Amino acid sequence: MSVASSRLGEKRSDGALRTIARGLALSPEMKQGLPLTLVIAMVATAGRVIVPIAVQQTIDRGLNAPGGADLEFVRWMAVVAGCGIVITIGATYLMNRRLFRASEAGLATLRTKAFRHVHDLSVLTQNTERRGGLVARVTTDVDTISQFVQFGGLFLLVNIGQLIIATVIMAIYSWQLTLLVWLCFLPFFVALRWFQRMLSAAFMVVRERVGAMLGAVSESIVGAQTVRAYAIEGRTQQRIDEAVEAHRSAATRAHRLAAFTFSTGEVFAGIANAAVVLAGVGLGIAGDITLGRLLAFIFLVTLFVAPIQVGTEVLSEAQNAIAGWRRVLGVLDTPADVADPGDAGTTLPHGPVDVRFEAVSYAYPDGPRVLHDVNAEILPRTKVAVVGETGSGKTTFAKLLTRLMDPVSGRVVLDGVDLREVRFDSLRQRVVMVPQEGFLFDDTLAANLRFARPDATDDDLWWALTELGLAEWAESLPGELDASVGQRGESLSAGERQLVALVRAYLADPDLLVLDEATSAVDPATEVRLARALEGVSRGRTSVTIAHRLSTAETADEVFVFDAGRLVERGPHVQLVEAGGVYAKLHVAWIAQSR
Amino acid sequence: MSDRRPERRATLGEGMRILGRALRDEPVVLGVAILGSALYGLMTVVAAEVIGRVTDRVVVPAFAEGRTTAGALAVAATAIIGAAILKAAGIVLRRYYAGMGQYRLQASYRRQVTRQYLKLPLSWHHRHSAGRLLSNANADVEATWWPIAPLPFALGVIVMLAIALVSMVLVDPWLALVGFLVFPTILMINFVYQRRLSPVATRAQALRADLSGVAHESFDGAALVKAMGRESDETERFRRVAHQLRDANARVGRIRGAFDPILEALPNLAILVVLLIGSTRIAGGTLEPGQLVQVAYLFTLTAFPIRAIGFVLGELPRAVVGWRRVSAVLDATGALPYGERRLDGAGSAARVGVEDVSFAYETDAGETLPTVAERERRAGRAMTRRTAGERRGDARPGGEHAAGQAGGERHAGEQRDDGEQRDGDERRESDERRDGDERRDGEHRVLEGVTLDVPPGRTIAVVGPTGSGKSTLAGLLVRLVDPSDGSVLVDGVDIRSLTRGEAADAAALVFQQPFVFEDSIRDNVTLGRDVPDGDVWAALELAQADDFVRQDDGGLDAVVGERGTTLSGGQRQRLALARALVRRPRLLVLDDATSAVDPQVERRILAGLREAGLPSTVIVVAYRRATIALADEVVYIEDGRIAGRGSHAELMVTSPGYEQLLTAYERDAADRAADGDGGTP
Repeated sequence: MSVASSRLGEKRSDGALRTIARGLALSPEMKQGLPLTLVIAMVATAGRVIVPIAVQQTIDRGLNAPGGADLEFVRWMAVVAGCGIVITIGATYLMNRRLFRASEAGLATLRTKAFRHVHDLSVLTQNTERRGGLVARVTTDVDTISQFVQFGGLFLLVNIGQLIIATVIMAIYSWQLTLLVWLCFLPFFVALRWFQRMLSAAFMVVRERVGAMLGAVSESIVGAQTVRAYAIEGRTQQRIDEAVEAHRSAATRAHRLAAFTFSTGEVFAGIANAAVVLAGVGLGIAGDITLGRLLAFIFLVTLFVAPIQVGTEVLSEAQNAIAGWRRVLGVLDTPADVADPGDAGTTLPHGPVDVRFEAVSYAYPDGPRVLHDVNAEILPRTKVAVVGETGSGKTTFAKLLTRLMDPVSGRVVLDGVDLREVRFDSLRQRVVMVPQEGFLFDDTLAANLRFARPDATDDDLWWALTELGLAEWAESLPGELDASVGQRGESLSAGERQLVALVRAYLADPDLLVLDEATSAVDPATEVRLARALEGVSRGRTSVTIAHRLSTAETADEVFVFDAGRLVERGPHVQLVEAGGVYAKLHVAWIAQSR
Repeated sequence: MSDRRPERRATLGEGMRILGRALRDEPVVLGVAILGSALYGLMTVVAAEVIGRVTDRVVVPAFAEGRTTAGALAVAATAIIGAAILKAAGIVLRRYYAGMGQYRLQASYRRQVTRQYLKLPLSWHHRHSAGRLLSNANADVEATWWPIAPLPFALGVIVMLAIALVSMVLVDPWLALVGFLVFPTILMINFVYQRRLSPVATRAQALRADLSGVAHESFDGAALVKAMGRESDETERFRRVAHQLRDANARVGRIRGAFDPILEALPNLAILVVLLIGSTRIAGGTLEPGQLVQVAYLFTLTAFPIRAIGFVLGELPRAVVGWRRVSAVLDATGALPYGERRLDGAGSAARVGVEDVSFAYETDAGETLPTVAERERRAGRAMTRRTAGERRGDARPGGEHAAGQAGGERHAGEQRDDGEQRDGDERRESDERRDGDERRDGEHRVLEGVTLDVPPGRTIAVVGPTGSGKSTLAGLLVRLVDPSDGSVLVDGVDIRSLTRGEAADAAALVFQQPFVFEDSIRDNVTLGRDVPDGDVWAALELAQADDFVRQDDGGLDAVVGERGTTLSGGQRQRLALARALVRRPRLLVLDDATSAVDPQVERRILAGLREAGLPSTVIVVAYRRATIALADEVVYIEDGRIAGRGSHAELMVTSPGYEQLLTAYERDAADRAADGDGGTP
């Protein structure tokens, strides 16, 4: 089943500059105080030409002064230059500080925005992505940008300035030699574009291999039980080893490419130096340049070469950072296809809920229809059971009812309002779904229960547990409310995890409670007790239960029977049994099994 | 234990030991890189020497005499370009081999870490979050070996500095004095830099792990967050840690921002001093201008490489923290010991015995690393910051674990006072029973003195209320875990004395919530064994999984997504069942393995199992009567003890708990009918 259209984007089409521009737009803090920072950066950069100028001045005006060596001048010049260097230190410090603060603030905002957006994405989109991949987008991907700004980005900023200033000063000393230096580096700049493309491709492969490696490693962690039960340690290790090796070879390859790129700059620097010496001697003989200026020029060439070298060095980092940035932006660019209407939406008052399905159909993106033209009404204060075989569409029905997905045609109406127009905060207060596999945080029982109602006191929790007949169970846990449930709730059994999910729903106190096989792992006696307690709750509220234990259907006000994506039968249990249709057959099977 | 206290400052000694380990592990590769770096260092000095000599012998005479020779120019150009090419060669060697070493080390330690994951017991896995373990194998290994890339550079720089000093001494001892003062100063500042950076960088690294943990957990529970409408609260939780990380990173930046310009400026200041001393010496006739240029140029050329030392030192704190976390995994012990014994009787059902077995989960979280926020809370700082750790604090009135427990009981007591009398009595009873149990602190006793003997070929149903210890018993039978007391026997042999893999060869456990590999259907069934497709299909048919596999165009080759997200719960269960059946296990343990399967489908599965004539002893954890009816005998478990054993009919009479459990639906229906509160409105 293809779900390509709902996947997270990476925005590969965006160029580097556009990515940076969009990234900056989304983290306004980055631009705060930027003009002043740039002014300070110019001061810091200008300070870098002090030494070459000092060398030139010492030779031309100090040693080769008309009246013999002028040591007094050299002393003064050294003091002035020294002061200049100290100012440069101060300016560089200020620049670093401002830049780091702004960029970190911006990135924190960016990752928080992206984090929120992941939660706003539809369940469908969330499920197409590896969890680890999603986590990476708000953690390591942003870290690469941060890392880049703190090292490479700063170098880049200062060095571009340095390149410009070096060129200007060089041109003042000798425009001919400056032209020559640029000519020498021209082929290098051309080659650089080519190198850049190669590096970009190489690092793309590295990133893909990292993803595959994490996938393989996670098998040994998340699937530890299965690996142990089937003694497939060898096979699992082999898969990990292969993925680790694939990553290593890709990373080494990318690194080799970067090494060659970097060293090429050194060779070109040598050629430029040689050319400057040769041409400089020629110019000197012709009287077009002084010795001091030529020697200073040689220093300036190092000043000119350094940014280019650092530039190639930073190039791979920049590639990573831009790619990371793209992936974070890709999250934000993925439409939250089941979107919160927000302030424009309707807030529904609390009270008994009435739900209508009007000609609702659903198909997964690029998939066949799984729900066909469903028309149904759930009256307030009724208890509806939804039954059907696996794949009949009953879970899809529940997801549409709770707006985890939107229908492709038709509409779901809550109290006369299209679900798509109901504000999420209002919707989630009124409609709560308890899934089959409830998620537990690695925290205490109390904290997990409070997820449904953060302001609940311990007494509230005990009250809810008692109402549901689960107080004794909670007391049997070591630490009671403070019992640690373990990673993903693994200290509890599957049935106990379902109990936690049900207490949560009870605490959330919704007007419409949707239970999706929420008691499948609970023993019959507890299930019956819970059902009764939840009914107590649902007196006054509406409840929809997706179930394959038909015991639930027997006690429901109305049963919806799904078959092959259609609502084929509806009515009270007794009536449907008598009708002798799909439900009657399901019921016979159930009776055969449970009685 | 040092590994459990990542907040402890990373010391230089620890960092140096990591570098030493790298050199020991990859002597050849890193050796080549160091040689390349030394070549680079040498050629950097030579390049300055060349410029100096060219100035003295070619440039100055040419300016003085107004002419030069083609030969002199050719030699000058060749020397300059030749030095550059050798320097470039040094760079390639250094960088390529350093990178190779870094990635080889990463790969090697990733293999070691994941080997530990596969070896360590499940109880260890329970104590560590998936996000944490993933980051140990990925980010922490990466951080550990990050300084390896600039290490050869830094070592080469030391060679370079030595050569530079020699070269300066040869030129002029007075100018060399500047070098002797400046180079050690730079090294010293680098060490101070590292000392200042270390605690801040350590904290940033720890916060990065916290942030990843929050994101991991929050995205893992995305569906719940959505269902409860808690997106904003979760974002707030994330934002808090993100802001702590922001501040920590900005602090790292501030320190780096202060030291970097100083380190960069020192060679420049040195050049000014060289110019001052040099011009005096030139005026005095004891130095040539070219020599002055050479020494000044040397400082210019060494200004950048000398910072490589800082690169290594700057990365050390992160490396140390990463290494502590990696070595915590590598040093972890407790892998299940295996014996030498093998089982014979392949192809025939196994005899299974459980002798006086007890089992307790360790709930002590001692090995779990606390988050930064938690540690600070414990230290009495950052009281105003509310984080994941503190949410935990909310739940514990006393803040401390023991106090929290007492608080919980106190609440229960209060509840009892104003609660219903009947509930209160029950609770008092359970309190007394528990108190008599000598509950060890931090222990969750799940099974207590369970003894069971299952003859070969029998089918036993294990029935009991939710949380009574059934799944734990199932896990013990295939040696997922070892009992705290007592022993598990297969064919009369203690399961702990079997060789590795022997128990798994004989027994297959199907979980209620099975793990599905991101792989093809075939691979998910065979798990890498060489099984003919016919057998795979047969197993799928028996598990009633053939239908949905056939419906997919890919058939056996269809790939299922991460954790089987493209399959429904019932489909995953059936796939997992096929996985067990294809092995034709001698002991088949089904832990409520068909709970998500439709009743009709389950009926077909059970009928199939009965008719297939598997060579298996079957233990089935179940609630449904049809499943129980499959069994020759029923074992009823309550509160971790066997409370009844016999046929279904016998237990219905002898065990009230069992009877209540099994007749819950009928009683409910009858009650409702009596109340007039039945299904018919």
